Amino acid sequence: MSAPPSPALPSLAAPRGARDRVVPALAAACAFLIVAMLGIILGMVGIGGWERLSWEFLTTAPRNGMSEGGIFPAIFGTSFLVLVMTVAVIPLGVTTAIWLHEYARPGALRTRAIRLAVHNLAGVPSIVFGLFGLGFFVHFVGGGLDEFLYGGQPVYGKPGILWAALTMALLTLPVVIVATEEALRAVPDDHRRASLALGATRLQTVLRVVLPQAVPGILTGGILAVSRGAGEVAPILFTGAAYYLPRLPTRVNDQFMHMGYHVYVLATQSPDVEKTRPLLFATVLALLALTFLLNLAAVLLRVRLRRAIRR
Amino acid sequence: MPRRRRLETLAEGAVAAVAGTVVVAIGLIFVFVAREALPLLTDPAVWEEARPDRFFALAGEAPRSTWQPVSEDPRYGVWPLLVGSLKVTAVALAFAAPVSLGAAVYTSEFAPPRLREFLKPVIELLAGIPSVVLGFFALLVMASWVQDVFGLQYRLNGVVAGLALGLAVVPVVFTVAEDALRAVPRAYRDAALALGARPSQVALTVVVPSALPGILAALILGLGRAIGETMIVLMASGNAAILSLDPTVSVRTLTATIAAELAEVVFGGAHYAVLFFLGAMLFVITFGLNLFAEWWVARLRRRLAGLA
Amino acid sequence: MKPTDHLPRTRWIAALALGLLAACARPPEPEGAAAGATTSITVKGSDTLVQLGQRWAELYMAAHPEATVQVTGGGSGTGISALINGTTDICQASRAMKESERVAVKEKRGVDPVEIPVALDGLAVYVHESNPVPSLSVEDLRALYLGQVKSWKEVGGPDAKVVLYGRENSSGTYGYFKEHVLEEGDFAPEVQTLPGTAAVADAVAKDPNGIGYGGVAYARGIRLVPISKEKGGEAVAARLEEVESGRYPLSRSLYWYTAGAPSGLAAAFRDYALSPEGQKVVSEVGYYPLRVGAAAPPEAPAQGGAASPGTDASP
Repeated sequence: MSAPPSPALPSLAAPRGARDRVVPALAAACAFLIVAMLGIILGMVGIGGWERLSWEFLTTAPRNGMSEGGIFPAIFGTSFLVLVMTVAVIPLGVTTAIWLHEYARPGALRTRAIRLAVHNLAGVPSIVFGLFGLGFFVHFVGGGLDEFLYGGQPVYGKPGILWAALTMALLTLPVVIVATEEALRAVPDDHRRASLALGATRLQTVLRVVLPQAVPGILTGGILAVSRGAGEVAPILFTGAAYYLPRLPTRVNDQFMHMGYHVYVLATQSPDVEKTRPLLFATVLALLALTFLLNLAAVLLRVRLRRAIRR
Repeated sequence: MPRRRRLETLAEGAVAAVAGTVVVAIGLIFVFVAREALPLLTDPAVWEEARPDRFFALAGEAPRSTWQPVSEDPRYGVWPLLVGSLKVTAVALAFAAPVSLGAAVYTSEFAPPRLREFLKPVIELLAGIPSVVLGFFALLVMASWVQDVFGLQYRLNGVVAGLALGLAVVPVVFTVAEDALRAVPRAYRDAALALGARPSQVALTVVVPSALPGILAALILGLGRAIGETMIVLMASGNAAILSLDPTVSVRTLTATIAAELAEVVFGGAHYAVLFFLGAMLFVITFGLNLFAEWWVARLRRRLAGLA
Repeated sequence: MKPTDHLPRTRWIAALALGLLAACARPPEPEGAAAGATTSITVKGSDTLVQLGQRWAELYMAAHPEATVQVTGGGSGTGISALINGTTDICQASRAMKESERVAVKEKRGVDPVEIPVALDGLAVYVHESNPVPSLSVEDLRALYLGQVKSWKEVGGPDAKVVLYGRENSSGTYGYFKEHVLEEGDFAPEVQTLPGTAAVADAVAKDPNGIGYGGVAYARGIRLVPISKEKGGEAVAARLEEVESGRYPLSRSLYWYTAGAPSGLAAAFRDYALSPEGQKVVSEVGYYPLRVGAAAPPEAPAQGGAASPGTDASP
């Protein structure tokens, strides 16, 4: 790390000796190295993808063996996926966070077990979620439903949006729990005590006093989860993502196209590398724009939330 | 108001039950991934093709330590994949750990407040880049740079994949470490400054040691992320299952192997079971890492509290 | 926040969410191979064939708006296991089914798989455009990919170490190459396996010492090497006439498989694919049409015996 000291070095109280200048300079170099790399990635994707990105690109389907056309089915599939995922993950995550923060006795075995589970769930590799989705949702649950309802015909026992969304919901569950809990922590205890003192029950306090104030935090969690869902590929490889579909999916057991998976497909599969490259860059740009806007929204919400806590 | 109380109890029970599903979920993940690997032990035909006792064999008739699942004589040697995963992870951390810790120290200790307000969210935005995009970037752009800079024989290799992986690890380590540094009480800094310590001394000898548990937690989180990441290594590592400690050759990781091969296999066959076995192994590794981190960090915290 | 009537609103939202779930989870009409007059079929398998299948589906559906043909890739093995498990109507494969897989179809589906050759493919070998090696024999390729020959010098090239690129073992291309070039030997561990033709072509285009194989691909910076059957024999380029005549040594049939004779939409779609119109698409996408004789839509389901004359594809 021999980068020159950044121009933005703060004024330190009378630095004495070289070490006092070297340490902050090195640290600053690290920070700006990261920012620079982020800039390079964004710049290259932006320059490469801008030309091809158009309204038409976003609203039409791929044509001619993916060497022409747009990415609408992938956008649609991604939206469908994250919608189903959100419906599953928000109630589950918010309820868990409420229990952890409002009901659980800190330090009790059960509380510790659940916290440990949340931490560990966040650490499970995404490809393992994919295996789990295939083994549990597709084969066990889906296959079981088919045995039971359709006499063994594959209706649910095959990869589809529902299974991919549930797999993704599990993957994003810790994100929602952590964000919601942070928001609950920001609600002043006085409000709870006041509510209880006025004769409200615990449930009423949670639903009418605490939860409404936690909405920005829940929103942050939801947004971050959606951003993950739009970009993660490994969990949906075996649970529902399709290379190409001529029709938009309409049912929860249909397969779907996905923006992240589409990037992978365009980067590795097409037989005509030169013709696909502009499409690839444009798709990456669209995906990045989506996840970045979502993350930016989440970061801004979180900054506001953290200020509220500190107050 | 017994009805109201009943509703209360019911609600609390329901909320607790929902919260419990997290524990159930993590249990189910292990059970169902391991279940699909079970034929390795129970099905004689599968056992015959993929003997679990040979997964980790280093010697034997024919080189057993190779990964050659599609063959007249299929060999499922896990070592090349395990070493591959560890190699890439090592490169990723060697790059990401100093850089993100340096950045964390800078933003928390040296940066003026306004710059800090800018830097922190921007670095955290890196976490918003999907890994498939980092994989794409590594495959198309970074691989050529790295090859030119280091003059490597293989264009796609452990170094490229590791560096791209490092980019995914940076925001994880940075965020947690920075939070840990910021959590060090203001009084520690003030006391040290009052005693005549210079700012860089304060940062390195007071703040960083006090935040050590959090920093370690950050590093272990990053380690787990690196081992478990799939798309980046699938796209940028070249995927050759070479058993070697040299990071500049092409590597094949556990995660990429699962992602690339599972689509092909016949359900319930030996190859299928072995891939789920790899998945279960990954689960155990990351789960173990997490538990260890939890225990270790708690211990360190107690010790530091005792010293302070 | 005023503690106003949030409870009713919460209830509202809950009811809405439940309703939504119920609406989504409505059991769809069963689809799949068993239903007779289906308007929707799935086609799954080889990544080599997915482009072609997709193009056929696009054009077929444009002419028959009531039909839905879903095409997905994932590899020949994926398609075959989907056929075995009954999750696809047509399986696209760039290699012939193995005996064990045929048995598995029979066991699980109760009918024999039916093999339908739909196109020919020349398996191309690419090198970097700067690589002067004039041609390679099948024997050279074998020695290279088995790891016995490590320098370009030994096969008539410059004095540089060879960097090998290949496909993932889930691809039919891998299987074909292993069977016909390596004669069932094992690939050297040094072969970098990439998840698609584009990835291989792109890697070779950026690697002056690289060699790769795959479907005929287009990328700036690569050159397709002429291949000879024997060392010193006549080297043949992967061109239409050469593949069609069977002189190009690395050509193979691309197949569809169905469980039992196709019926309904699957049969109609097959007829379309084998029609002159459908075969024209084959060359547009970059593969080779079946020879004129075989291209007429057969009345009876094509059996393995009818496989593309003139190719040494598969048993």
